[in-house]
Amino acid sequence: MHIDPIEQFQIKNLVPLVNIGGHQIAFTNSAAYMLIIVVLVSALLIGTTARRAVVPGRLQSITELSYEFMATTLRNATGTEGMKFFPFVFTLFMFVLFSNLIGLIPYSFTVTSQLIVTVILALLVFFIVVIYGFWKNGWRWVLLFVPKGVPVYFLPMIVPIEVLSFLTRPVSHSVRLFANMLAGHITLQVFAAFIIMLAGYGVLGWFGAVLPFFMVVILFALELLVAVVQAYVFAILTCIYLNDAIHPGH
Amino acid sequence: MAATNATTEAAAGQSKFPPFQSEYYPSQLVWLVLTFVLLYALMARLALPRIGAILAERSKRIADDIAAAQRLKERSDAAHAAYEKALGDARARAQGIANATREQQAAAAEETNKRLEAKLHERLAAAEQSIAATRAAAMGNVGTIAAEGAAAIVERLIGKAPAAAALGKAGKS
Repeated sequence: MHIDPIEQFQIKNLVPLVNIGGHQIAFTNSAAYMLIIVVLVSALLIGTTARRAVVPGRLQSITELSYEFMATTLRNATGTEGMKFFPFVFTLFMFVLFSNLIGLIPYSFTVTSQLIVTVILALLVFFIVVIYGFWKNGWRWVLLFVPKGVPVYFLPMIVPIEVLSFLTRPVSHSVRLFANMLAGHITLQVFAAFIIMLAGYGVLGWFGAVLPFFMVVILFALELLVAVVQAYVFAILTCIYLNDAIHPGH
Repeated sequence: MAATNATTEAAAGQSKFPPFQSEYYPSQLVWLVLTFVLLYALMARLALPRIGAILAERSKRIADDIAAAQRLKERSDAAHAAYEKALGDARARAQGIANATREQQAAAAEETNKRLEAKLHERLAAAEQSIAATRAAAMGNVGTIAAEGAAAIVERLIGKAPAAAALGKAGKS
């Protein structure tokens, strides 16, 4: 029996919609999961706060904890000036977090395992940083690439490195999340496939299948951690990059 | 599962690694933008202001309650201090009244004593006076009695009563 560990990332056109300049726009399984993310995040954040309880219940506590957690993270990274980006950072965090977590449900689809999705999100952050940096600081913003306290004769070497590291940010920002999700899901799928393959070899195989089964359980717990940590990493990197737009001085 | 895989691959027309199948990029981009903007709008317009309001309301309520508790504590402290002060005042006043009464009674007693003493002195003086008068009267009578006695003795001795004038002179010497 052959199980393709890549098959879970396959996008399927569910409803073809329009065709613009040879590019087909369709309602895909990925789009369906994006909508599920929006519905679940909204249901959690809006539904649990509907009563506006002064003494929160369990679900409202989750909502408030996530709010305060992201608010504290953003304020620590960017100061109070950065709080105008709070809705954006919070949306980004929740979108990535729910995408990662929903992706762990068997037979589901992981939106953040698609490179194009993480690239778009990382480029969104990148352009917000560049545009807001110039709009807020004018041309002084390029001083971001001139570290303070470095001797002048080193600058011709340092500045290109700084520029290059700034330009590669969207790459590392997006690939980190994408690769983590992809690798984790492939590993899970491979070990899960071992269970089925071994079980196909009769009674002895059933006992053999216990080993990959335990591996899957352990890996699943690890992936749960990775899902949360990667969402947090994506959000905190966004905070750090935004700080460069707000306070370009190192 | 292999069958579905084959059909999707057939539909895609190629067997590239799914995340790099660029023919799905436009759909992904469109739906990501739509859903992300929708989620952003819901968060920024509805969810986050509401959660922020709940948290602000809670911290305000807690601060208010603490302030109210502080106010009540201050009032109870003030009441306690007033009570202590009233108690102290009352105690001092009671002490004062007791002292005043004691002094007053002592003064009254002394006055009574003095009056009685004065009265006693008066009576003593009157008694002494009357004693002196009686004694003086008695002393006056002694001269007469002595003269009479002397006259009687002289008469017995010489057979003739002395002259009254001589008697008086002798009685006085």
